[in-house]
Parts: sequence; C-alpha cells; structure tokens
Amino acid sequence: MHELSIAMNIVEIVEEHAGTYEINSVSDVEIDVGRMSGVVIDALRFALEEAVKSSVMESAKISINEIPAKSRCLACSHEFEPDDIIAVCPECGHLYADIISGKELKIRKIRYEE
Amino acid sequence: MCGTCGCGQDDEISITRPGKENQHDHIHSHEHEHDGSKHSHSHTHSHSHDEGHEHHHHDEHDHGDHHHHHHHEHEKEIVLEQDILQKNKLLAERNRGYFEGRNILAINLVSSPGSGKTTLLEKTITEMKDEIPFYIIEGDQQTLNDANRIMATGAPVVQINTGSGCHLDASMVKRALKELDVSENAVLMIENVGNLVCPAMFDLGEAHRVVIISVTEGDDKPIKYPDMFRTSDICIINKTDLLPYVDFDTEKAKDYALRVNHHLKFFELSAKSGEGMDAWYTWLKETL
Repeated sequence: MHELSIAMNIVEIVEEHAGTYEINSVSDVEIDVGRMSGVVIDALRFALEEAVKSSVMESAKISINEIPAKSRCLACSHEFEPDDIIAVCPECGHLYADIISGKELKIRKIRYEE
Repeated sequence: MCGTCGCGQDDEISITRPGKENQHDHIHSHEHEHDGSKHSHSHTHSHSHDEGHEHHHHDEHDHGDHHHHHHHEHEKEIVLEQDILQKNKLLAERNRGYFEGRNILAINLVSSPGSGKTTLLEKTITEMKDEIPFYIIEGDQQTLNDANRIMATGAPVVQINTGSGCHLDASMVKRALKELDVSENAVLMIENVGNLVCPAMFDLGEAHRVVIISVTEGDDKPIKYPDMFRTSDICIINKTDLLPYVDFDTEKAKDYALRVNHHLKFFELSAKSGEGMDAWYTWLKETL
C-alpha cells in the first residue's frame, strides 16, 4: 500500500505551495500517473480520500491523468505502446525493449479561488 | 504510545541498535493521518505537531457542495510540474553522495518475505567478513529478530521497524546511518521490508538493487511483479538446493525477468548449502 505514502506526499507538496501563496483551500489538483510508474490509480484515489482530510485539499477536485507507456525495441529501435509488460516488438518480434515513457508521477497543476 | 507527542498511534517508525533497545529514535510522519472512520473535525483531536501549515476545521461538512467552484471568476492556476517523489529522490541522492565519498558499496536487497534475504546475509557475512567489512540495515514492520540474527555474526547492525509501513525510504536510511556509523571501504547491506511491490518506488541511494527470488516461489514472479524486476539490476535465484523437489524452471524465470528488464545480471545460489555463493562473493569484491 505504497499509494498511501504517495497520497501523503501529494498533500504535503500541495500544502507547501498553498503556504507559499497563502491559499486556504485548493479547488482542483491535476496529477499525472504513468502506466509504468508502479502506482495503481484506484488505490491512489482511495488513499487520497484519507490523506486530504484536514488539509487544503480537503474539498479539491482531483483529476488523475493516466500517461500511456512507450517502449523502444532493443533490436530495431521501433517505438511502440506495449499492451502487456512483456510485449514483443510489433515490427520485428524482438523480446527485449526499453521503457522510454510511462514512469511519470507528478503534480501537474493546482487551482484555487482568491 | 508515541513518546514524543503522546498520540496513541502505533505505526511510528523506530530505529534500534540491538542491545540498545532503550535508545531508539522515532520518526513522525503522521501529520495528515486521522482516525479515518471516526474522524469528526471536532476541535478535540490532538494533532498539534504539524509543521508550517494550518488546519482548517469546518464545523459542518457537506462534501457534495465542495467540488464545483472552478468557474468562479477569481480562480487562479499554479503550474507545478513537480515530481511527487522528489523529496525522497533528493534525500536518496544525498545518501548516494555520502556512500560514494566514503567508498561504501550500498546494496538494497528486495524480495518477498521468506525468500532468504537474512540467511543470504548471514552466510555472506560469516564467510567474507575477513575480507570485507559489512554493515547492515534491517527493515521490518516489527521485531528485532533479523537484527539479532545479524548481530550474532558480529557485523554492526541497525533495525528499522516501519510499523504499518510497507517499505524503507531514503529518510529512514539516513537516520539509520547516523546510528550505524559505517566505516570507509565497506559494504552496506540494506535489507528492505519483505514486499515485492512497494519498495520498488523508493530509491534509498543504493549503488545496486538486488532482487531475490527463491525456487519455492513461482517462476513467473518476474512478470507478476514486474516493477521490482524493472528497477533492480541484479537478480539472485536462491534455494537452488531445493530445485529437485519443486517445479521451478530456472531458465523460464530468467527469460521472464530479462523480458521485463534485459539489463539484469543473475546469480543462482543456495545460501544454505553454499553452492553458487563464490560468484556472488567475487562480484562483491570486484564491485567494492
């Protein structure tokens, strides 16, 4: 259940920025989660319900963008979106590829009312 | 009960040197934790130890009305683009710099519970301690059992108990390092909490992450728990002395692991019988 740690990190980061800008309540938080980030979005949502309590995010609408994964074939350098963790290259059928995106885990932006 | 703030939470983190049980260190990480179902927003709870932010207690909550204010004319937006794990990554890099400056080879050992991490450490320390100084950080949710086993080998050891926590993070390791006082030109083994999922996300500042599977587990572990195999660079297949009695297909397991992460280097060994340990020892000596 590392999603609880992630959720607490999110609240902590938003609270820090809220402190800097003297914001009492954040209305929207937008988060990017890559498919290969190791975070289960449903578990993160569940953890956030608890983590936001008594924070500036308590009443915020939280949007989570799922970022697709992209792999590059080790043999032919073809870039493709793997549909499985051990997807083979659709161009040449090679078994090994490097993940080049999909590990994102970041807070994109927050919104608040003055 | 927590000795610092008096709260009744039992999931605080403690760092203990075996034999010095009365001098352990607490880390408090519960600024935002509340007793979920009973949390009432009354003004009676005792979380007065938050750092630098205000609590806003509303006497009446109607969550249904709180969610749709974003068309308000005074709405403002702040683009953060901030890595959620940035704090841990920064702390991990500080640990890494400390290790590099002192020529400490830090190794993060990750696996399911029961794969033989502690036995591998006991055997490695016992057989190699004349050639390599070892220091050990043990991570478990509860008990000093593993630290006591390591202490019996003579290696300095610190136990981190994470309470309900499912992984070690860089700040826990940083605290443990202050207790352990690792010498230069040594190997630091960090035995993570037995868990093949959560520790994958938390860089501790290690030079190498070693994932251990044992042949009593399924040979499809690498594709069932790919994140740990993707973030490791060494894979130890342990308990090979039991291969005649189990269905584990070593080549299949290695093939799966390579398809998740083709950079993995393998050691096949039995920490109990000692077979295959020499290659592991050679790697340790060459890498330090």
